[in-house]
Amino acid sequence: MQTRELIEDLVAGAGRQDQGFVPPFWAVACLAPLLAAAVFWPALGPRPDFAAALQTVRFDLKFVQAGLLAVTAFATLVALARPAQPWRHRALTILLPALVLASAVLMELALVPPELWATRAAGSNALICLTAIPSIGAPVLALFLFALRRQAPTRPMLSGSVAGLGAAGTAAVFYAAHCTDDSPLFVALWYPLASLILVAAGALIGSRVLRW
Amino acid sequence: MPPASSSKLQALDDLLLAANAGDEKAYRAFLVEVSVIVRRFATRRMPRQSAGFDVEDLVQEILLAVHNKRHTWRAGEPVAPWLFAIARYKAIDAYRRRGRRIEVDIADFSDVIEDPDAVPSAVGHDVSRALDSLGGRQRAVVSALSVEGKSIGETAKKLDMSEGAVRVAFHRGLAAIAKKFGRD
Repeated sequence: MQTRELIEDLVAGAGRQDQGFVPPFWAVACLAPLLAAAVFWPALGPRPDFAAALQTVRFDLKFVQAGLLAVTAFATLVALARPAQPWRHRALTILLPALVLASAVLMELALVPPELWATRAAGSNALICLTAIPSIGAPVLALFLFALRRQAPTRPMLSGSVAGLGAAGTAAVFYAAHCTDDSPLFVALWYPLASLILVAAGALIGSRVLRW
Repeated sequence: MPPASSSKLQALDDLLLAANAGDEKAYRAFLVEVSVIVRRFATRRMPRQSAGFDVEDLVQEILLAVHNKRHTWRAGEPVAPWLFAIARYKAIDAYRRRGRRIEVDIADFSDVIEDPDAVPSAVGHDVSRALDSLGGRQRAVVSALSVEGKSIGETAKKLDMSEGAVRVAFHRGLAAIAKKFGRD
């Protein structure tokens, strides 16, 4: 086909939106926690002493870290979704939850005697953590990938990974309400491992489905 | 990044804005302008001798992508970086699909924008082939008016001809090309 003919075809289709429904990012941001909650409530639910636990710093810190990860990863995702948007400085903000976690780990190491470190890190919910975060995050990741597909990410694999990270952050906010292991040592060991599953899935799926 | 002063690129913003408001003429003009810019880029950066690679295929792939993803441009943003990011993505993609890798620096686009005379515009090498069939003055006149986009006044001055003579040489030149290559 001649380029001229193609242009005429495209002009004729100017009024149509061929991409289907393009969800706005604010809607995606609202829907993500709802999807995570839909998996979390029936399957796990918050721990029985939730209200009392809120009084402890270690418990609250989990929400700060997970929440920061969800927000910064999502902001990076939004920048990656459209061509020529600066995203690197937003990606740097993902270091913020990592820094909070690292500081919490240092404090824990200072406060807790060394013979308890291993026990605290191993915790008693490691396996649940490794399965719950990917399970709660899976529908969120699917939502993020769907939203990205309707945009135009020029780095499919990276966008998919960041989608996985955002899904992991969202899932971790909910899972943290269930888990009784509040030590930063546990959080620093198992939460990133569980997140890695979603990041890898996001990268793998993203590099396929986010091409356009 | 291309200089913001480039009025051609700013015109793109206005055209796409009007097109999104339902102006078909503006959309056509936008796509034509995009195809010209992208073709320059493709002609210059893509090695033409590479097997199975057609510049016009890439131009069309980019046009289609620009059309399909036009909702990812937002009014108020400059079109140029958005367009170049799409062109770059499709160029890399086109090469990858043909089993090759290519590095496309975003700076390539600013070369193309800043130096439009360095590469044949319009239909690329077809035009230079057509021009080659002309001789002397006719060739100089057609090249100045159609390819370089000079005005009749400028061309007359440059070639030391009267404006009337430029017009005549231009029309004779075009007629000769039309006769040789067939209309359209």
